Amino acid sequence: MAQEIMEEMITPDVEGMECVYQRPETLLDARFHYCPGCGHSVVHRVLMEVIQELAITEKTVGVAPVGCSVFADRYMGVDMQGAAHGRASAVATAVKRILPDRYVFSYQGDGDLAAIGTAETIHTCNRGENILIVFINNAIYGMTGGQMAPTTLLGMKTSTTPTGRTLEIGGHPLKITELVAQLPGVAYVTRQSVHTPNAVRQLKKALTKSFQYQKEVRGTCFVEVVSNCPSGWKMTPLQANAWLVENMFPLYPPGDLRTPQ
Amino acid sequence: MADIRLMKGNEALAEAAIRAGCQAYFGYPITPQSEVLEYLANEGRKRGMIVLQAESEVASINMVYGAAGAGARVMTSSSSPGISLMMEGISYIACAELPCLLVNVNRGGPGLGTIQPSQGDYFQAVKGGGHGDYRLIVLAPSSVQEMADFVYDAFDLADKYRNPVMILADGALGQMMEKVAFREYDPKDHMMVKPWATTGKPSTRPPNVITTLHMLPEQMEEVNRRLQAKYAGIQQQEVRYELLDAEDAEYLVVAYGLAARIAHRGIQLARARGHKVGLLRPITLFPYPEKVLKSMAKRLQGILVVEMNAGQMVEDVRLAVEGRAPVQFYGRMGGIIPSPDEVTEALEKMITTTVTHPVEAD
Repeated sequence: MAQEIMEEMITPDVEGMECVYQRPETLLDARFHYCPGCGHSVVHRVLMEVIQELAITEKTVGVAPVGCSVFADRYMGVDMQGAAHGRASAVATAVKRILPDRYVFSYQGDGDLAAIGTAETIHTCNRGENILIVFINNAIYGMTGGQMAPTTLLGMKTSTTPTGRTLEIGGHPLKITELVAQLPGVAYVTRQSVHTPNAVRQLKKALTKSFQYQKEVRGTCFVEVVSNCPSGWKMTPLQANAWLVENMFPLYPPGDLRTPQ
Repeated sequence: MADIRLMKGNEALAEAAIRAGCQAYFGYPITPQSEVLEYLANEGRKRGMIVLQAESEVASINMVYGAAGAGARVMTSSSSPGISLMMEGISYIACAELPCLLVNVNRGGPGLGTIQPSQGDYFQAVKGGGHGDYRLIVLAPSSVQEMADFVYDAFDLADKYRNPVMILADGALGQMMEKVAFREYDPKDHMMVKPWATTGKPSTRPPNVITTLHMLPEQMEEVNRRLQAKYAGIQQQEVRYELLDAEDAEYLVVAYGLAARIAHRGIQLARARGHKVGLLRPITLFPYPEKVLKSMAKRLQGILVVEMNAGQMVEDVRLAVEGRAPVQFYGRMGGIIPSPDEVTEALEKMITTTVTHPVEAD
């Protein structure tokens, strides 16, 4: 029954109209809990589209983090494990070591990957684990209500930097993607975004390449997505995307930081 | 023909893990258990095991989570401070009901402590240690032979109950060399099908999800009820203990692990002086052998609990005995091993100070 309803929703029967876009089957038919305008839902959809188009749904295992995307396993129609906060890349490491012919990815936010999980991130990449790490950087802790993240910009107001992040108290924003790009174990490090349709297309290419590299056993692929947090930033989605371009990109410029030799 | 060798406890445990079909080991060096990692990095890898020296115990335990979730027979080992670091991950593993073997070669604490043997982690192993209501099945070896034997049992129990199992040893059991005979064990006869594992989703089933997140309290309580029912079943089915010199005993020593071996020598010395003393050695610390203690208590003049800590298991003895017999405690802390003479002395002190009461008929 559920299957029938799902089929109907995937292929709506609208007379005389051509279906030009539909939800990938790999993205489960569940209502996102994400706030309106949040980049997570777009990245989820693109990631699942890529997995479906590569026809690797049956051979993929994902690892969800703690943070806003803690519910990723409710949306992603592949086998999933929910990791402890910060440990997704350690969990993914073990899954890949046990199942080397499966495609393994972790999906982590900035608090998860670049604060509490920094050691796991660095060492997973340094070992060159043959997995994909998707890193969503929106410069704030969304799930817990908008606290400072390691990637929070100087001067940026959060609930724990109410007058703006200062060097003296909060230190520098952590450019962990630049750190990771220095490690010989990584194959591919890129920074993408989802604030425009073209950016989404570029992200899709980056994710597709990452799975191709994983198939070729090239080493760790690390895809940062500079994203937004309209709720945490206290902006409309449109304002947030404009703010992202103006303020995030100068510190976190999009583009490839490392490509396979 | 039994395969008999002279080995350190840590090495015997590692060798048994290979023979038990353990597919992966994730760990971090710490004295006094580093031989497990070293042995497996050599012998284990040669014989096909995935052995990864992780960046920390935190990473190790989460790798165990990932590998167990992917369906592998998997283990880690550490010693006290390292086990403390693993506590969050162990709580997750217990909640996600992932079978695995955890080994704690207990050293003296608290803090960085000492590297000498201790039983100071009893509470942590038996009562929880990590957050939330969960239980490990805890096996306490008292010889190098049991360091090996309990590995097979631990993996089988872990698979049977989808529950983490801990072998709680101590630095002496890990380091000392004894004769060990490896039993016949073919992993193929013991490996269970794990349809819940995340191995990649065929089109014929919905995705498998390993998770510990249940946002609705009603759901979380349901998960807790299921876990508690499982633990109750384990308490019914899996209690193990050893009774020595107990038939005519008027006094009983309760001790586990290394302390039990020392206590048994102390009991023999006391018997040579005419005291009727027996030994109860709990082998499973959870589930605890409380029924046998309860049934024996009313015909005992006194119970002496001997531990290498400040008195932890003694609380479980008192709970089981419920006042039916006086319970005293003797322990050494911080990595000091009590001598058999100390046990005999503590026994004689108890015997002379305990007011003899009429023994109830069974």
